Amino acid sequence: MSDAELSPEARKRRGQRNVAIALGLGAFVLIVFIVTILKISGNIGGA
Amino acid sequence: MHKRAMSETPSRSAFAGPKDYFALLKPRVMSLVIFTALVGMVASIADGAEIHPGLAAISLLAIAVGAGASGALNMWWDADIDSVMVRTISRPIPQGLVPKSEAAGFGMLLSALSVALLALSSNYVAAGLLAFTIFFYVVIYSMWLKRSTPQNIVIGGAAGALPPVVAWAAASGAAPLDAWILFLIIFLWTPPHFWALALYREGDYARAGVPMMPNVAGEESTKRQIFVYAIMLAASGVAPYATGLGGLVYLAVSSAFGAGFLVLSWRVLKSPPKSKEAPKQLFAFSILYLFALFAALLVEDLFALYV
Repeated sequence: MSDAELSPEARKRRGQRNVAIALGLGAFVLIVFIVTILKISGNIGGA
Repeated sequence: MHKRAMSETPSRSAFAGPKDYFALLKPRVMSLVIFTALVGMVASIADGAEIHPGLAAISLLAIAVGAGASGALNMWWDADIDSVMVRTISRPIPQGLVPKSEAAGFGMLLSALSVALLALSSNYVAAGLLAFTIFFYVVIYSMWLKRSTPQNIVIGGAAGALPPVVAWAAASGAAPLDAWILFLIIFLWTPPHFWALALYREGDYARAGVPMMPNVAGEESTKRQIFVYAIMLAASGVAPYATGLGGLVYLAVSSAFGAGFLVLSWRVLKSPPKSKEAPKQLFAFSILYLFALFAALLVEDLFALYV
């Protein structure tokens, strides 16, 4: 659906959905990074 | 864009916000899963398991997201049922806010991510158990049992009972007897909990064609079965004390709440036909019962670990 067909409210909601997806993806990347660091540091500590 | 979508006037789905997608995850069920999983994890740590607190938190998050994903897949599969039941008609799919296909995609994506994340943050035993939990809830319960047998929530209850076992395995890499005792408590708690709900929502399930116990076996039979499960639940509720998983505080709490559960189940059994008050009381108390028992275990374990 083109932008012109969307009401301002629908456009606002689409923006919110996009931000939520971006935040979700960012959080996933960050979490995987943290897991990696914790696992590596745990192995170094246990060596 | 797909031709059919192009020809449609802006549907309600254009107005869906992030909170509508979050609602697909069944946040209230998720909060119960987080709580029972937390208790399983802390009990495992109190039992000697070692896991970094950060990895423990991320593992709990993965378990919660896995539970949410199965909720989204359940809403996708049961959209037709949800649209005729008062209890579920306000969900995002019946409201037209989230298309069914998006709920399916959302659920599958989160299922894969949660299992992968749990494998990364803990171990493959826990990740495998989480994958099995999602499979059991979506395929065995939602797709198969829910519409075919009044034993649907008895067998399907296994999915809701697994989170503490998954969390125990996440911390220790194993699932010993104590973890399965926690499973057993939730497993035996599920039928009286949902049948109490079904007794005062009987019309809802009958209209949707879901074979819940009251509209298949009748009210009297359901009440008898609730009482039988209450006896088994009250007995299994004190089992953690016998194995050493729970202490004296737990014994006191589980005995008192088990007695309360039995009394309210007896009242349901003796309540007049079509009476809704006693089942409502039992339903409300059942939530408190599970919370009290698991909270008692949590407090005892935290006390043993840090005080």
